[in-house]
Amino acid sequence: MTDLRTDLQHRPSDDRQATALPPDLTARELARWSWRQLTSMRTALVLLLLLALASIPGSVIPQENIDSLAVSQWRDNHPRLAPVWDRLDLFNVYGSVWFSAIYILLMISLVGCIIPRLFVYARAARARPPRAPRHLTRLPESTSYTTAEDPEVVLARAATALRGKRFRVDAADDSVAAERGHLREAGNLLFHLAVIVVLVGVAVGSLFGYKGGVIMLNGEDYGFSNNLTQYDDFAPGALFDPDVMEPFSFSITDFEVEWLTEGERAGMAREFVAELAYETEPGGETKSYDLRVNHPLSIGGTDVFLIGHGYAPVITIRDGDGEVAYSGPSVFLPTNAQTFESFGVIKAPDASPEQIGLEGTFYPTFAMGRDAEGNLTMPASVFGDAFDPLVSLFVYTGDLGLDDGTPASVYVLDKAKATQVVEDDGQPFRMDLRPGDTVTLPDDLGTVSFDGLQRWNKIQVSRSPGKMVALAGVVLALLGLLGSLFVRPRRMWVRARRQDDGTTLVEVARLDRSSAGDPEDGAAEIAEVVAALQGETPETKTRKTEEDES
Amino acid sequence: MTDAQWEVLSYEGVIAAAVLYFIAMLAYFFEMASLRSAAKEEQQEQEVAVGAEMVLVATRRTAVAGRLGLVLTSFAAVVHLVALVARGLAADPNRVPWGNMYEFTISGTFVVALIFVLSTLRLDIEWLGPLVTTFVVAALMAAFLGLDDAVLPLPDALNSPWLVIHVVSAVISTGAFTVGALLSGLYLAKARSTSTTGYLARVPDLKVLDRLSYKMHAFGFPVWTFAVLITGPIWAHQAWGAYWNWDPKEVWAFITWVVYAAYLHARATAGWRGRNAAMLALVGAATLWFNFIGINFFSSSSQHSYAEGVAPETSVVVGLAGPVKAAEEVGVVVGSDDARA
Ligand code: HEM
Repeated sequence: MTDLRTDLQHRPSDDRQATALPPDLTARELARWSWRQLTSMRTALVLLLLLALASIPGSVIPQENIDSLAVSQWRDNHPRLAPVWDRLDLFNVYGSVWFSAIYILLMISLVGCIIPRLFVYARAARARPPRAPRHLTRLPESTSYTTAEDPEVVLARAATALRGKRFRVDAADDSVAAERGHLREAGNLLFHLAVIVVLVGVAVGSLFGYKGGVIMLNGEDYGFSNNLTQYDDFAPGALFDPDVMEPFSFSITDFEVEWLTEGERAGMAREFVAELAYETEPGGETKSYDLRVNHPLSIGGTDVFLIGHGYAPVITIRDGDGEVAYSGPSVFLPTNAQTFESFGVIKAPDASPEQIGLEGTFYPTFAMGRDAEGNLTMPASVFGDAFDPLVSLFVYTGDLGLDDGTPASVYVLDKAKATQVVEDDGQPFRMDLRPGDTVTLPDDLGTVSFDGLQRWNKIQVSRSPGKMVALAGVVLALLGLLGSLFVRPRRMWVRARRQDDGTTLVEVARLDRSSAGDPEDGAAEIAEVVAALQGETPETKTRKTEEDES
Repeated sequence: MTDAQWEVLSYEGVIAAAVLYFIAMLAYFFEMASLRSAAKEEQQEQEVAVGAEMVLVATRRTAVAGRLGLVLTSFAAVVHLVALVARGLAADPNRVPWGNMYEFTISGTFVVALIFVLSTLRLDIEWLGPLVTTFVVAALMAAFLGLDDAVLPLPDALNSPWLVIHVVSAVISTGAFTVGALLSGLYLAKARSTSTTGYLARVPDLKVLDRLSYKMHAFGFPVWTFAVLITGPIWAHQAWGAYWNWDPKEVWAFITWVVYAAYLHARATAGWRGRNAAMLALVGAATLWFNFIGINFFSSSSQHSYAEGVAPETSVVVGLAGPVKAAEEVGVVVGSDDARA
């Protein structure tokens, strides 16, 4: 009888349990055993919990591919730990060997688990409901009553009633077996399969896709065309092929910001619109698009996003000979998100007699700070919009480190071999320029003028090929999940037997195979079936008699 | 009405709701207390026949207190809803009331109360009243004292229909998981308690607690999946240009998802019930609330490090995996790559 009981409780999904390693294995048996372990339920559970655990470090330690600036700061602050962290891949958790190992094992386990279950399901879907167990009333959810009716009548009625309740019904000699809720297992399989689909979609995206950023000055003079050389930063997938890059090009013809002028967050930018003029291919028709946050432009499989903006003061440097050594807008990077106080450098390596480098701060709306006593303190920008722009610069001359061929950031001035220009009293020479101002540098170095203001936008371009596959995957997973969680598979049996005293003993039992079967629901369902069998409600009675007659 | 008036109305509404929840809580406590004395009297009754009448009186009083608790809680929820709507109308332009942690907390607690009240219609769950009202009152007080923030327009990045869908689903599932966690906590407490009187003795037996807790989680999980793995990535893709960024908020939303998946898994395949399942559910709730509160306050990592000069509110906006960062990014803009270039 124990057999019967386990069989009753058995679900197709219960096949795989971790087992102890048997003694004296051949290699083949060992492989089989390992496979069973890997695809066991317990392993799946452990791997899931491990995956959660393994995700934690990446939320605490700065990550290379998310914020490499923070990583390098962290390295500077922890010189002793950094190499250890490096060895453990802790700056790249989500691409690390150990993180990948967990989810790859999970996937293998999943495939190994799903495939056999698919076969089991295919068989179960066609199978007839299992025969009634011998002792129906021993099941937790069961009832019985006696009646004067013939067993055949009762059983026929049971079959109709259960069919009416959308059970799959199979009649035997003295009993009727019924089952419903196969969709639960189907939903569960769909869910697990869809998890694989999601992973495939994500993998395709990260292998074949790319993401790149470029800072673009506004104006028709500055164009971008989509090829590798044009990006400031570019992160391709491992199998990325530059040939797939869509050959579009664009320029930013206009840029507008709506600033908050009152309220607690006055000074914050609220809405940005960059007007793009773009061509989907060289020589194609020029179209225009209002690029805004949350409104990317899609060209083929590639999306173009507006993710930032800032100022580029237009500066002209004339050297000691009166020649223009540098002229044009220079991108200054905001150091304050609210006031757009920005930092930037300008390099004039061709200036003579000596190279000239400028470094300083740009204030869109300049003001001197004041302390409590009203004394002037640090200068600051009080607003993000350019109401009273001022650029404040220090000057360096000598070797700017541009000649030895090592790549240098355009946003950093290499001061190792340069000297700072100072006043007669030894204080650093500083110039504060408003648009239109020109300042003459000491020592006949030349002049610097602030000619005007340009704006720039940070544009991000990305292509993630599998994203629709991934999306379809999660949607399917969700549908499967709903089936798996809310369809309630259950079996019911009705047995009717003539007793020695001539009456008929009717036994009804029910077995809920879901995780959340309510005893109340079960009792209610049994009661409904019993009511139908006893023909309690007038409607059922008349319907029954009609059926009998026909 | 002006925006300022709406804002005042909203504050008043939250206070009124909190007071109502508080009175409801008192009613529930009274019910609990009189149940205890009723139980005691019942014991005495065997010896002294006089007790019978008193028991009857006590039970009637108890029932009234219990019903009063539920009515007050429902009423408080209505006022709470009004306060939420007023909060949205106080902003210019009008918007959903999910701009900062304060607004999130008052929305989340509303959902907890709502789930409780709606559940009483279909499930026998009224005994959860004392816990739910206590939780809601405490959370509202914390929101009022610790998280209050001005009514501000949404930054551009948050200005998307996905905000509504994403946040509604996140808040609903957070509410369901929270009620589930209360039930699991109750399970563990009851499993340890041997007392035959008092609140723990009155709540249904362990099996029922376990099953109800499972139901809350089974409801919350698909909704959370929708919020975190469907609408979140769609919105992130629009605002940030990448559907998944391993931002700390996303990481923890993912961790929460995996823990609850493990919880359901453990129940369905490993046959975990009762104590083990309840512990796992509490771990899930811990990750959920850590993400909601902890990450905003403690995360110094990567994404926000360059936003030092920014008022703290900006990094706290919206306790979600949603593209909060975009608002800042647009301001500060340039990530590390450029600096290296
Ligand atoms: C990516 C990893 C996985 C996730 C996120 C996951 C998630 C889930 C969830 C949420 C459920 C609950 C559904 C329910 O209660 O009906 C579930 C059930 C189940 N999972 Fe997984 N799972 C994963 C991997 C696996 C693996 C590797 C196996 C096989 C070893 C497996 C076998 C099962 C089985 C048999 C059920 C229960 C089916 C039933 O109740 O009839 N899962 N899974």
